[in-house]
Amino acid sequence: MEKLAKTAGPEVEQHSGLKYPHLLNLYDVPPLEDITIEEFETCAIDRLRVLSEIESSFARNRSFDELKKITIAQCNKHIPMAETTATTVDRDAQRRADVIGHFVLRLAFCRSEELRRRFVKAETTLFRVRYDSCSGTERKNFLNSRDFASIQVTPDEKTLYAPQLQALSFGNERVATTEFYKVKWTRVPDLVERRKVFLRGGYAFVPSREQSSIIFQEFQARLEKALEMTAKALPRLDEDTRLMPVLGNLSQAFLAGVPSDWSPAENNGEEIRADMIDELSRKHFPACMRNLQDNLRRDHHLKHFGRLQYGLFLKTLGLSIEEALLFWRKSFSGFTDDQFNKNYKYNIRHSYGLEGKRANYPGKSCQQILTSDQPGATDSHGCPYRHFSPDNLQTALLSMYSSQGLTSADLPEILSTVKAGHYHVACTRVYEITHAHQGVKKGEGIGSGESVTHPNQYSKESRNLEKALIEEVKMEIDGGDVTMGV
Amino acid sequence: MPAEELEPTSPEVMLAFYRRLYPFKSIFKWLNHEHTPSRLFTNREIAFTLQSDVYLRYNSFTTAEEFKKQTCALNPTRFEIGPVYTARPRDKKTIRPSAFTPLLRELVFDIDMTDYDSIRTCCQGADICNRCWGFISAAVLTLDTALREQFGYKYLLWVYSGRRGIHLWISDREAMELTDDQRRAMVNFLTVVQGGKEMHKKVNVRIGKDPVLPPSVKAALEPLVEIFSNLILADQDCFKSDDGWEELLTLIPDKDVAKVLRRKWNDDEDRSSEDKWDDLKSEVGKYAKTSRERATMKAAMEDIILQYTYPRIDAEVSKHRNHLLKAPFCVHPKTGRICVPIDPERIQEFDPARVPTVGQLLRELDAASPENTAGEHADWERTSLKPYVEMMEKHASSLMAEVRREKIASDTTW
Ligand SMILES: [Zn+2]
Repeated sequence: MEKLAKTAGPEVEQHSGLKYPHLLNLYDVPPLEDITIEEFETCAIDRLRVLSEIESSFARNRSFDELKKITIAQCNKHIPMAETTATTVDRDAQRRADVIGHFVLRLAFCRSEELRRRFVKAETTLFRVRYDSCSGTERKNFLNSRDFASIQVTPDEKTLYAPQLQALSFGNERVATTEFYKVKWTRVPDLVERRKVFLRGGYAFVPSREQSSIIFQEFQARLEKALEMTAKALPRLDEDTRLMPVLGNLSQAFLAGVPSDWSPAENNGEEIRADMIDELSRKHFPACMRNLQDNLRRDHHLKHFGRLQYGLFLKTLGLSIEEALLFWRKSFSGFTDDQFNKNYKYNIRHSYGLEGKRANYPGKSCQQILTSDQPGATDSHGCPYRHFSPDNLQTALLSMYSSQGLTSADLPEILSTVKAGHYHVACTRVYEITHAHQGVKKGEGIGSGESVTHPNQYSKESRNLEKALIEEVKMEIDGGDVTMGV
Repeated sequence: MPAEELEPTSPEVMLAFYRRLYPFKSIFKWLNHEHTPSRLFTNREIAFTLQSDVYLRYNSFTTAEEFKKQTCALNPTRFEIGPVYTARPRDKKTIRPSAFTPLLRELVFDIDMTDYDSIRTCCQGADICNRCWGFISAAVLTLDTALREQFGYKYLLWVYSGRRGIHLWISDREAMELTDDQRRAMVNFLTVVQGGKEMHKKVNVRIGKDPVLPPSVKAALEPLVEIFSNLILADQDCFKSDDGWEELLTLIPDKDVAKVLRRKWNDDEDRSSEDKWDDLKSEVGKYAKTSRERATMKAAMEDIILQYTYPRIDAEVSKHRNHLLKAPFCVHPKTGRICVPIDPERIQEFDPARVPTVGQLLRELDAASPENTAGEHADWERTSLKPYVEMMEKHASSLMAEVRREKIASDTTW
């Protein structure tokens, strides 16, 4: 098989002149040219965004069609891949990035069985989405370049098993004109499970229209093997101190959910005032921030990391430094002005970039909240989905969100998602439930199916929904005029 | 103390059974596939259930002798066989969890009479008799054929579960190597009767526009037609009672046919299941041969036959490599019967009531002439356990011969 791949490669190359002749790739050749450390990291992160979205699609039980739609959109955004016929695009550059991203993530995800399993599932799905959505010519050229080790069923066998094979063709095709391939049944378990094949002596007779299953299975089996090999070889890589931290971050990001590509800058400079915060928190805050607000109101105090997490969030939400000082001063009602100025004012100004290094820190993303500064026993920062006990989480969610439509009947689903480690999916589900009265349906997430990756993104989408609704009501009131005007 | 004075499965009885009768060597050969202990045996989990009901997992042994010694020392009520792991199960505590994963395992199936409680009319619950064994033998015939012909497996061992069911162990190398995903796929492929109490029609496997049975199910159906007639209609008389025939009518899609039959059967309480099936056939026969109605009813009747006779597999047992299953030749704690191997070719002659109990075997030993004890013959040879151990020995030998052949073949290629 390897041999065939090597001879077929250059042959096609002559036609297209491309180093990477096909959009589809089984990734059996690692990128050989030099890769810069920047490329190493960006290609991997871009791919990781797509894989994470695939993962959360699984966690949210999306149908394959929904998943496909979302994945294609994500691919176009982060790792676009043009067809071979698209001569105006630098296809080699795109495909090179694709290969680099894949191989870097292999390094990052080969280290535990859990990571390997999740990576293989996500990658195989990505392959399947691309295989399903590319043109017939692209697919055919790819298939012709490879040998998938299946045996063509002979005419004699076809005659022998004609009635059985006919039953598989749903009356649509004639057995005589349909190609069948014979493979070990273990290579097409999904077809066996759905009774799409005829079995004899351990071999599955696969009609050509189901051939894709053989290829997906092949992709998966190769990747599983390759990852195990990589895992064995990895200790040698440990010596490269530039790469290890990058790899560590990548795998951690995958486990913690989606790395956020939501940028706080997208918050179009809208301002909020200190006296709006309590009401906003009840309608628009994710559980982590709602929890901090509730604690602050109850205790008139927050500990350092709580202040940091909440303060940066409020800043990104549009709270100016003046309003922030006002807000914190009011909230810390048990302290004298003197104590407040001495102990807290500096830090607040610092977080606005007005003291010290004068760095303007943005609000923390879910990934940062999930993985850095783990909360201690008396802390209230962190992510409730991850850092609360199941009991406390249930109580907290009900007390925070029952006025928004969350009921105890919703909890089992949320808790099982939490148990599986998909915290961002749980948070997204809560968003959907608490915004159902505004027309958000299950699976829609915070818009076009996306999951929550940043607390500010949660709040912004929530406020946008409200604004859109107000606009709509206005339109309805003025509706007559509008139509008349046209 | 004479054996007959003891409880059917008292600790004394069990200890005597393990010491003198349990065929540890045969079990070793069957699990290990060769004479010298390999990973197939040394990395194999054995889980003991002690007299106190304590459950001891992750035991493993290096030889058959050690296995016997430890079993006698613990004197369990029964024990189960698990997968071959990447390391020795008894070292589990000292190994990184990632270095301890299930690797190989016989493909196993479990068929239990309780899944037939809604159909059988002779017994309920834990009871089983010669008559309802017919359901199990139908299941064995169907599965045995499917696994050999379709999946190509050769080393199938059927074992009586000691009470009301049967286990199957498949030891072909390819079967041992199946992943959990592959096992799941196969079990779903083989599962045809699905849905709980609330679901009347439990067979929904047809494919295509004018729905046909998938080839595998069609192949299974042919022998089941006769079994249906003997077992369901004649013996169990499943449609005799009101509940029985009402259930049958729910499976008839043609409302006109169902209406005619309901009236007829309401009027005549004495109609047997055979009569009723004939009534159904003659109603269907009134439709023209090529009519749509007739085709629909023919399909419905085939589905009914499958619903009443097709094997009902306990899917969870088969799906995971690390599922534990009671070892052959263990004693069922309630019945005292031995979990003996069964020849699938003679499954219809098998009578669960005639399976030896542990007490009976020990009595047979007591009665046999004591001179032989010192001889080279094992104790089991002087009891009615003999044919069963011999069956196991024969099975293990052919498996070992196959492994030898494979070894020689792979040696010569190098
Ligand atoms: Zn019975």
